[in-house]
Amino acid sequence: MSEHPWICRGCDVAWCPGCGNHGILKLVAETLAELRLDPQRTVLVSGIGQAAKLPQYLNTHYFNGLHGRALPPATAIKASNPQLTVIAESGDGDMYGEGGNHFLHCIRRNPDLTNIVHNNMVYGLTKGQASPTSQRGFVTPLQVGGVILESFNPLAVALALDASFVARAYVGNTGEARAILQAAIRHRGYALVDILQPCVTFNKRNTYQWFAAHTAPLPDDHDPADRVQAFARACEEEPLRLGIFYRKEKPVFEEQLAAYAHDLRPLFERRVDLDKLAGTMRAMG
Amino acid sequence: MELPSRPSELNVVLGGEAGQGLQTIGLVLARTMLAGGLHVMVVNEFMSRIRGGSNSVTLRAAPHAVRALSDRVDCCVLFDRDALARLRGRCAETTVLIGDPKIFGGIEGMQPLPLHELSAQVGGGLHANTLVCGFLVRLIGWDLGPLETALRRTFSGEIPLEKNLAAARAGWESGAPLHGRFPLPMRAALPDRLILDGSQSVALGALAGGCTFIGSYPMSPATGVLVHLAQQAREHGVVVEQAEDEISAINMGLGAWYAGARALVSTSGGGFDLMAEGLSLCGAIESPLVIHLAQRPGPGTGLPTRTEQGDLEIARYSGHGEFPRALLAPGSPEEAFACTAHAFTMADASQSPVIVLTDQYLLDSLCDLDPFPLPETAPESRIVPTAAGYQRFAPGPDGVSPRGIPGFGTGLVRVDSDEHDAAGRITEDFATRTAMVDKRLAKMRLLQEELAMPPRLHGPAGYRRLLVGWGSTAAAVIEALAQVPLAQTAFLHCVQVYPLSAVLVAHLRQAARLIVIENNATGQFARLLRAETGCTVAAQWHKYNGLAFSVEELIALLREEEKR
Repeated sequence: MSEHPWICRGCDVAWCPGCGNHGILKLVAETLAELRLDPQRTVLVSGIGQAAKLPQYLNTHYFNGLHGRALPPATAIKASNPQLTVIAESGDGDMYGEGGNHFLHCIRRNPDLTNIVHNNMVYGLTKGQASPTSQRGFVTPLQVGGVILESFNPLAVALALDASFVARAYVGNTGEARAILQAAIRHRGYALVDILQPCVTFNKRNTYQWFAAHTAPLPDDHDPADRVQAFARACEEEPLRLGIFYRKEKPVFEEQLAAYAHDLRPLFERRVDLDKLAGTMRAMG
Repeated sequence: MELPSRPSELNVVLGGEAGQGLQTIGLVLARTMLAGGLHVMVVNEFMSRIRGGSNSVTLRAAPHAVRALSDRVDCCVLFDRDALARLRGRCAETTVLIGDPKIFGGIEGMQPLPLHELSAQVGGGLHANTLVCGFLVRLIGWDLGPLETALRRTFSGEIPLEKNLAAARAGWESGAPLHGRFPLPMRAALPDRLILDGSQSVALGALAGGCTFIGSYPMSPATGVLVHLAQQAREHGVVVEQAEDEISAINMGLGAWYAGARALVSTSGGGFDLMAEGLSLCGAIESPLVIHLAQRPGPGTGLPTRTEQGDLEIARYSGHGEFPRALLAPGSPEEAFACTAHAFTMADASQSPVIVLTDQYLLDSLCDLDPFPLPETAPESRIVPTAAGYQRFAPGPDGVSPRGIPGFGTGLVRVDSDEHDAAGRITEDFATRTAMVDKRLAKMRLLQEELAMPPRLHGPAGYRRLLVGWGSTAAAVIEALAQVPLAQTAFLHCVQVYPLSAVLVAHLRQAARLIVIENNATGQFARLLRAETGCTVAAQWHKYNGLAFSVEELIALLREEEKR
C-alpha cells in the first residue's frame, strides 16, 4: 500500500492495526489515481479526529483545521479558486456532531466538493464515547447505561435538504466503494459519501462481521432520481443499504457568486481596480 | 425676545419611531448642509427594534469642522409623544420645540408644524420627512437651493423627486414665522466633499486593501460593512457569503486566505466570542486574517444598537495558546478607511490576524470628508509560486515563511492546526515545538515596529500631563481640549492599541500624569498599558451608559482636572 504514488511514503501512520481507516485511505488514493487528478490541484480539507488525519498520509495539498470545521474552509477554498478539486473528509463525530450546523448549511449551499465521512459509530481519538451515529443501547465508559439518544441518520438529513448527491459505502466492499467515490468526485455539486467502517479498538459491536451481515446493496430497481424512494431506503435500518441513493443536477454555489459574473479568474489572480474604486467612493458619498 | 449669544453652529435633534425614516432625514439634511458649504455630522441613536420605540437623529452643522457630539440642542423636532418624553431631558429652556399641533396641541411653547395636513396635501405621509427638511432650512435662513441639490442626490425617479421637491417647498413656506432664527452662512460647496458613515469607510478601506472575500453572520453594528461589500460584489469581484454562524464565518475566512483570497470577517462582541477557536487556528496555521470587530455594550446581548469600547480585552486575549496579533482602533471615518486597508497589509506581511476595533457610534455616524486617498498601486498578497519540496512553515526572516497557495506552482501547501514541522505535518517533537513557537512569536516584531500604525499627539510636544484615548473618543477629546486648554497638556490618540509601539511607550514615559479616557466601565486600555509598560495611570475617565462621550461631558471633566 505504501508504494501507491498518492500515498505518503514513510509517514508515521497513527491508526490501529486493522482500523477501517487504512482501507479508506487506500480507496481514496486509488480513486484519485483512477480519476487522473492532479495532486497540485487537489485539496483535502479535514477537521480533527482519527479520520481527519487521512490527508496527512496523502501526497496532496491539505488544510487540516479544527474539529467539526472542515466544511466552511472547504467551501471557501472552492469559492476562492473554483479550479481546485476539493474534498472535505472527517469522521462521524466531526461532521455530524461538532460540525452539524455546517453540514446542514453546506448542503444548502451546494458547493462543488466531495464530503467523505468515515462512519464507525464511535469516537476513537477521545477513546470510545458515543458518536451521533452510535446505535441505541451502545454501552461506552461515558454512556454507561447505553446510548439513549436517537441515532443520527446522515443520509435522511441530507435528502431532507435535497442534497445533490447522497451515497453510503462500506469499506469492506472495495469495488463498490471505489465506484461510489469516483461518481461522487465527478459529480458537480455537493456530494455526501458516508463510509461505514469498523473501529477495532472502541466499537466491539459494529465489527467487520456485523457490517457484512447488516448491509446490502440498494435493490437493482432503485432510481437515484426518485427522492422519496431514496428517503424511504435511507430510513431502512435492517439491512443498511449501500450505493448511490440520490443524484440531482443543481446550481453550484460558487458558479452563482456575483464575483464570477464577468470574471472567471480565481481570486488570487485579481487586483482591485483603483479607478473603479474611486468611482464607487463618489457614488456612496 | 433676546436670544442668548451662540457660536455659529446648529444642533438639531429629531425624535420619532423606528420606521419613520429618521435616518433618511439625517442623510438629506447632511447633504443639504454640504451643498450649502457647511461641515456636518449626523449621529444616529436607535432602539433595537424594527418599528416603534423611540429613536433620534442628532445633526450638528457649522462653518468649521464638526466631528463630535454636542449636548447642546437648539432645535428639537418631535414626530410623536414618546419622543417628547425621551428628548425633553436633552433640551434647554432656549431649545425650540417643533411638532404637529394634531399631536402636541395644547403644549405651551411648541412651534407648530402641521405635518399630517401638509403631507396629505403634497401626496402622503411619506413626504413628512422632506417637509421637515424644508422647515429646518427656513430656520437657518436659507433658500431651497441646497436642499433641492440634496433631494436630487438622494431620490431617483421623476415622480418621487417631484413630490419631494413640492414637500420641501411646503415645509419651507410653513417655516416663515421662524425664518433665520438660527442663522448659518451659506457658502459655495467645498468641491468633491463626500458624506460617509463609519461602516462605509470600513467597507471602502477593505476594498482599498484588496479584499476579495467576506463571509460573515449579521450582527449589529457590524452588518453594515457586510451589506456594503455585498453591494460591491459584482463590481469589485468580491465573494460575499452570509455564513450560518460566526464559527463558519471565520473558518471560511481562513480557507479563503489559504486559497489566495484576501478575506475579511465582520462581527460584534458576541459573534467574536464564537470566533475565538478560529482565531487560535489562524495563529496556528499562520494565516493572514482581517477581523472587523464592531463593539456594542455587553455582557450578553447587552444594548444591541448602542455603543461601548468594552471588547478590547477579548480582542487582545481571546483564542487559546500564544500567537501574535495586532489591534487597530480608528477614531474617525478617515482612520476607519486607513486602518482597514492597512490591516490587510499587516495581516498579509505578518501572516497573523489583525483586528480592527470600531464601535456603533463610529459606524453609524455620518460626516463630510474629502475622498479617502487611494494607494498608488493595487495591493498584492505576498504569495510565492511553490516548487517541489515546498515547506509552508520553513524558517524565514522575522519568523515569516514564504507563503504558497494551492494551484500556484508545483509544491504542496500543507497546513495543520496540530503542532507541525516545517512541511506542515503533525509532530510531537519537543525541539520542533519550541522552534515553531519561537518562529510564530518572532512575527510580533513586525506588528510592533515596521507595520505599526503610530499614535497621534494633539497638543504641545513638551506636555507633562497626557490624556490617552483610543478609537472613537478622539474627536470629542480634541474638541474639548481645544475649548479648555489645560497647561502642559496633550492628548495621545492611540490608533494601534496592541502591540504598543516604541513611539507610543515613549509618549507615555514623558508624562508626569496620565489620564486614560475610555467608553467602558473598567478601563481596559489603562489595564493593558499598565501590563505592557508598568506605567502608572493617575486617573481614568469612563462612560458606559451606551452612548458616546459628548464634548460638554469632557469639558466638565477637564474643568475638574483644572481645579486639582
